[in-house]
Amino acid sequence: MNSIPLLSLVTFIPLVGMFVIFLIDRENRGLIRGVAFGTALVDFLVSLPLIFKFEPTHEMQFVEKIDWIPQFGVSYHMGVDGISMLLVVLTTLTCVICMASTWEAIEKHVKEFMILSLLLETGMIGVFCALDFFLFYVLWEVMLIPMYFIIGVWGGAARIYAAVKFFIYTMFGSVLMLVAIIWMYYHQHEVTGVWTTDILAYHGLAISPSAQMILFLAFFLAFAIKVPVFPFHTWLPDAHVQAPTAGSVILAGILLKMGTYGFLRFSLPMFPDATLASVEWIMVLSVVGILYGAWVATVQSDIKKLVAYSSVSHLGFVMMGMFALTVPAVEGAIMQMLGHGVSTGALFLAVGVLYERRHTREISEYGGITKVMPIFATVFMIVTLSSIGLPGTNGFVGEFLILAGSFGEYPIFTVIATSGVIWGAIYMLWMFQRVMFQKITKKENENLKDMNLREMAYFAPFIALIFIMGVFPTPFLKMMEPTVVNLIKQVKGEAAVAEYLPAQREVPQAVADGTVVVNDIHNSRL
Amino acid sequence: MWGLEHIWWVPILPMIGAIANGLFGFLWPRCVTNLFAIGSTGLSFLIAVIAFFNLLSLPEGSRLYESVLYTWIQSGAFTAEAGIQVDPLSGTWLLIVTGIGFLIHVYSTGYMSHEEAYPRFFTYLNLFMFSMLLLVLGNNFLVMFIGWEGVGLCSYLLIGYYYETKSAPDAGKKAFVMNRIGDFAFLLAIMWIFKDTGSIDYTTVFGMAHDTWAVGGMAITMITLLLFIGATGKSAQLPLYTWLPDAMEGPTPVSALIHAATMVTAGVYMVARSATLFNMAPTTMMTVAAIGALTAIFAATMGMYQYDIKRVLAYSTVSQLGYMFLALGVGAYVAAAFHVMTHAFFKACLFLGSGSVIHGMSGEQDMRQMGGLKKLMPLTHGTFLIATIAIAGIPPLAGFFSKDEILLSAFLGPETAHKVFWGMATVAALITAFYMFRLYFMTFPGELRAEDHHVRDHVHESPPSMTGPLVVLAGLALVGGLLGLPQGLLGEHAHVLHNFLSEVPGMTLGHGEHAAHPSVALEVGLMTLSVAAGVIGILIAWYFYGAHPEKAEALSKKGGVISFVHYVLNRKYFVDEIYEVVFVMPLLWLWKTVLWKIVDVKIIDGFVNAVAAFFAGLGAGARTMQTGSTRNYALVMVTGGLLLAVIWVFSIGG
Repeated sequence: MNSIPLLSLVTFIPLVGMFVIFLIDRENRGLIRGVAFGTALVDFLVSLPLIFKFEPTHEMQFVEKIDWIPQFGVSYHMGVDGISMLLVVLTTLTCVICMASTWEAIEKHVKEFMILSLLLETGMIGVFCALDFFLFYVLWEVMLIPMYFIIGVWGGAARIYAAVKFFIYTMFGSVLMLVAIIWMYYHQHEVTGVWTTDILAYHGLAISPSAQMILFLAFFLAFAIKVPVFPFHTWLPDAHVQAPTAGSVILAGILLKMGTYGFLRFSLPMFPDATLASVEWIMVLSVVGILYGAWVATVQSDIKKLVAYSSVSHLGFVMMGMFALTVPAVEGAIMQMLGHGVSTGALFLAVGVLYERRHTREISEYGGITKVMPIFATVFMIVTLSSIGLPGTNGFVGEFLILAGSFGEYPIFTVIATSGVIWGAIYMLWMFQRVMFQKITKKENENLKDMNLREMAYFAPFIALIFIMGVFPTPFLKMMEPTVVNLIKQVKGEAAVAEYLPAQREVPQAVADGTVVVNDIHNSRL
Repeated sequence: MWGLEHIWWVPILPMIGAIANGLFGFLWPRCVTNLFAIGSTGLSFLIAVIAFFNLLSLPEGSRLYESVLYTWIQSGAFTAEAGIQVDPLSGTWLLIVTGIGFLIHVYSTGYMSHEEAYPRFFTYLNLFMFSMLLLVLGNNFLVMFIGWEGVGLCSYLLIGYYYETKSAPDAGKKAFVMNRIGDFAFLLAIMWIFKDTGSIDYTTVFGMAHDTWAVGGMAITMITLLLFIGATGKSAQLPLYTWLPDAMEGPTPVSALIHAATMVTAGVYMVARSATLFNMAPTTMMTVAAIGALTAIFAATMGMYQYDIKRVLAYSTVSQLGYMFLALGVGAYVAAAFHVMTHAFFKACLFLGSGSVIHGMSGEQDMRQMGGLKKLMPLTHGTFLIATIAIAGIPPLAGFFSKDEILLSAFLGPETAHKVFWGMATVAALITAFYMFRLYFMTFPGELRAEDHHVRDHVHESPPSMTGPLVVLAGLALVGGLLGLPQGLLGEHAHVLHNFLSEVPGMTLGHGEHAAHPSVALEVGLMTLSVAAGVIGILIAWYFYGAHPEKAEALSKKGGVISFVHYVLNRKYFVDEIYEVVFVMPLLWLWKTVLWKIVDVKIIDGFVNAVAAFFAGLGAGARTMQTGSTRNYALVMVTGGLLLAVIWVFSIGG
């Protein structure tokens, strides 16, 4: 227990900033922007001790627990483990960058935009920290509403359609999840005689396999829509295309991780039987997502749509890694979550840089931009390569670990998924060529200004992370390892994990086949 | 052991050069750019030489130096170290890469002197050196893979150096994507190796190989085949070779360094490095040999009637790489490495020579505009002629010895197929001599045919920074063969390279090396045949392009079969067009028309929109959707959803 409630601070500092902005005159845009940026920056700095003080165990850390509505067993319970801690820091960093990037991009209703952005930040951080179902669900919804307005008010021409589609999809999932949570709440009481909404109390709760399956499906829909898993992805291209740059960055960088995080925090540890029973068809959906996302991305004429579909492909890898349930695969999935947040966030920022200058997202409107914007060309190239997963960048580590960790158990799926390295290169490089190379054909592009200092500054952290995570991934992996090992234990049983740890390397033949033993032990545990 | 202990500097110095020029190159004068670019590669070459002699000073049989910087990736049972190893095999490549790399950096200062984006070029070139050295020096498959992808990236960037054209970025993208097809297989092989052995370290994997896999079994055959597919991408073998001729869009020093001397030999290095595994998979070996022999002759025929001087050399490179793979496929790893080395000498010399010609001709690459350069560019001519004789396989120049060793090894293979491969390779040798001397006769002797007066008046010999490297390389092409004199005729010790490389695991286990001892008569007979093939090729080229150039012209325009063959060869068997029609167009149609327009837009969104319309009808009946009413609409949605949920819960509970 920490004396300083670090997680509460990180979660609610944005709210403080939000109230300050309430008090500022709406015409004083500079001050509003300054306060919003300052709040995000302070929040990021406050979140940094999470990394340095983190102990590499699987236990929840920086825990805060206060009774909230005791008669229903609801408490204010916050805490992070090796997975959520990294996501919290990614969120605070991304928000700083977003605030910096909207400096000139948002001209309309600046005050409202900043208020909603900060509310969104609180919601996102809270979702990653919440260890109580009630708290979690409230924050989950808190997060959706600002995003809905950000798309619907500050978006492009077809923003209303996109916002409504986003809302329908996610509400549909949320509602199913709520039903499942309520069912489990009653079930918990039936089994243990206690009313509680403490999430950790549900890890390992005995639920019959058939009930698990129904609950798993309800959660699956909620999270699969968020990820998004094929075929629940069609809200994403519309939302991305219409959203303003900052909205897209947050959407791609953080909101898409809510789904995958949800699987790790809820579906896997709470419904291990259903998880193991569902692996095969989830693999199918993941692999379809990887290929489908990449293929459809190739033929887009709108840069943002292209990047949106590429997210479908990248998140397909994450899904595959999580459900392959080996240490390298799950760690790779988490690395890919972080890596995708960085590289796709940066990609949307890059598109934003172009959009602010030309107010179009059509690839055919560009061409030859390298000539007039050489610095931007370099930055964009680095981000593109990271998205392609070039070794030495963050993209490679996650993708490789997912594939290497899945290959032993699901060779066919892995082979198909690995072909993603080809498709990724095709759509990204083709897009890059059409936007950045060849001769300038449009007069409007002849005098574009290269990136200014502010723009370089907000790209810098992402560029640095691309290389740091690519060249020194082991510290990240070490932070998440105990949590991941524990998670796999929760799903597959004790014995399964030993097979994947380095101690066993003396008998390397045993590495590949763990499944049979795993299921037996798991069944006997029930 | 100063050199070996500082071996990390060999890749890191060029990296420093790349970072310095990449960040600040536009700020400082060219001399500082040169200092970083050439200084870093020069120092790197020096350290490599010292390290190489350190290695030689170690007792035979223990020439292996490993150095681990840190643990790169550690996750569960998977570990990949950032580690380097120097042994005779990587040591050989180390010298080729740093040596030729240094020469070509020097050459580039002259060749690129008129370019605006001078620092950008050297940034990429240094980055290439870093990646290539990592590829060669890595002590495990994943570090090799970093280098492997890194050189692919630099190749992409350098091919697309003239990004304002359409063809250069196209060619760069094609190279990258085709390489990625190979990389896909390479990655799978690495994962498979990890699955079966729990490691990706060379030493561990090769040490466990015989306990893990059965010789000729499915697993080892698949692993080696996947590795080989990886190699075909990088080393431009059938069917993934089409990017290499297009890669000639890059500046000529790039073609010399990356697309002739070093990067394209990475596939050969990878197979030789994994010799232990390949020796266990006879099916794969046969495939490697077959692809090698096929590529050698197929690419050679495509080089016969090109008019672009660099394209001839490009097809020649593909063909020569085919020889190297033929050697690998018959287990003659040393012969493959030997040919990599001699090829690096003479082909780098040829490319740089062609660059000198292009430089002197103000950018003209069409050989029909050349001729008569012998008098105008004497130094370029002399060095070019030496390299041409070397590649044609005329003794005692370098190409003769390495090519002859490959032919001999192929002939000694146990299967009938090996004799066929030998036959194909011998014919390819004849064709090689033909197209190379065709190139020579069209370019250097005779009269200058350029029509443009500007070009005619400006033809000049290149500056010393360019001719210097040419002289050095020509010298190496002249005497490089002495490192591998035929053992059958001159005794075991004649083949210095063989004795040096033989301690590398798997190197000498193939049947091509020790299994059969040819009689002196057979060896001399084969040698005579291969020399004869070269001489015949030269004579044909001389007849049609040296003595009677009008006859070649007449023959190609005569019509009938000959013209048709000429046309098909000139158009490269239409392979690019076939790929376009068979792969590119159907896939794009599938992706755009079927997946996007139908699956995404019609089916999935159609369903979603129908649901939305249903709720909208229920909620407000509002047809006009403005910002204000949307909020209400959303509110209705939430309330409705919650209501449904509550009803459902109570119906379950009840």
